[in-house]
Amino acid sequence: MQTKNNRPLSPHLTIYRPQITSMLSISHRASGVLLALAAVLLVWWLSALAVGPEYFATVQGVLGSGLGRIVLFFVSLAVFYHLCNGIRHLVWDTVHGFELEAVHRGGWIVVAAAVVLTVAVWSAAYLWRA
Amino acid sequence: MAEFRLPANSRIREGKTYSVASGGGDIRRIRVYRYDPDTGDNPRIDTYEFDAAQTGPMVLDALLKIKNEVDPTLTFRRSCREGICGSCAMNIDGTNTLACTKGLDEIKGDVNVYPLPHLEVVKDLVPDLTHFYAQYASIKPWLKTETPTPPDRERLQSKTERDLLDGLYECILCACCSTSCPSYWWNGDRYLGPAALLQAYRWIADSRDEATGERLDDLEDPYRLYRCHTILNCTATCPKGLNPGKAIAEIKRCIAERNI
Repeated sequence: MQTKNNRPLSPHLTIYRPQITSMLSISHRASGVLLALAAVLLVWWLSALAVGPEYFATVQGVLGSGLGRIVLFFVSLAVFYHLCNGIRHLVWDTVHGFELEAVHRGGWIVVAAAVVLTVAVWSAAYLWRA
Repeated sequence: MAEFRLPANSRIREGKTYSVASGGGDIRRIRVYRYDPDTGDNPRIDTYEFDAAQTGPMVLDALLKIKNEVDPTLTFRRSCREGICGSCAMNIDGTNTLACTKGLDEIKGDVNVYPLPHLEVVKDLVPDLTHFYAQYASIKPWLKTETPTPPDRERLQSKTERDLLDGLYECILCACCSTSCPSYWWNGDRYLGPAALLQAYRWIADSRDEATGERLDDLEDPYRLYRCHTILNCTATCPKGLNPGKAIAEIKRCIAERNI
C-alpha cells in the first residue's frame, strides 16, 4: 500500500509487542516450512534404500552423526508442535476455545505437549538402543 | 506479496526531548511518534518528561497535558474520553488500545505511543482510516429484508434471538483489532480484517435479516474471509473485550455447514 501523497506507513512488526497468540501462529508456519524441507531428507533416506546397502549405510552415517541428530531433533520437535497446534486449530474450527483465557491456556498446553512428546520419543529411542 | 520493511520515507528517527516537569513529583517519560506533513520529513520519536502526579490517570490525560502545556502541534484524535467513541485508538506500550481507557499505571517504564500499525499516517497519531471504513461499508451493515415490513409493528425478535447479538453490537469500530492483525498488515488491501468481519457476522446472526445466503456468498473468498489464520491478536487487543476471532470462526462454520 504505497502512497501517492508521500504519507508514511506507520510501523508494525517492529513495534507490536510479541505475544503468545502471534508467536505460536508464526511458529506453526515456520514448523510447517521446516517439515516441508525435512520431507526432502525423508525422500533422500528412502531413495538410499533403493540405491543399495553401501549408500544406505553412508546416509545412515550422515543422519546419525552429531549434526544429523541435532537436525532430526528439531525436525521431531516441529512434527509434534505442528501436530498439537493443528489439533488446536481443529478445535477452533468447531468454534470452541476462543475465550482469551482458553486461548492462552491452550497455547501453553500445545508448547508443553510438543516438548514432552519430543523428549519421550528421543528417550525411548536411546533406551531402546542401550 | 507482504512487504516487511518500512518504506524509506517511513523509517523513524530520534526527535527532540521536552520537559514539562518542574522537579520533584513522579517523573515519567512518554515517547511519541511524530510526523509533520508540512515538512514531509521522516517520522521521528519525540520524548516528553512529565510529572505523573500532576496528570490524570490515563495515557490520554498525559497526551492532553503535553498538547496544552508543551507542544500544541501534537496531533491526535479524541472525543468521549470514556471508551465509547473509539477515536483515540493508538498503539500504546506495544499493543493497540484506547488512550482514554489505558491507565499510565498499567505501563512500566517509558510510555511508547505510535499510531495504529501499518496505516498511512496523516499527521502524528492520526492514521488514514478511509480504506477501513470502505471495507466496513462493503459488508452492507444494515438490515436487508425480502418480506414486507409488518404494517402495524416493528420486526420483532425473541429474547433468545436478541441475545445472539451480544458481544457483536458493542463494537465501536476503533480499528484496534484490524490493525493488530499481521494478516491485515500484509493483505489489508483485500482481506476485510477482524472489525469488518465481526460486523459481517453481526448481520448474519441477526434473526430479522433475510440476506444471510447473499452475505455468506460475498464473504466466501480466499482473501476477504480466509486470510484469517486464527492468530487472535484481534481478540487479545480489543479494548471493549469483544471476540472478533470467534465471530470469524462462526462465519467459517456457517459457510462449512451450508456446503455439506
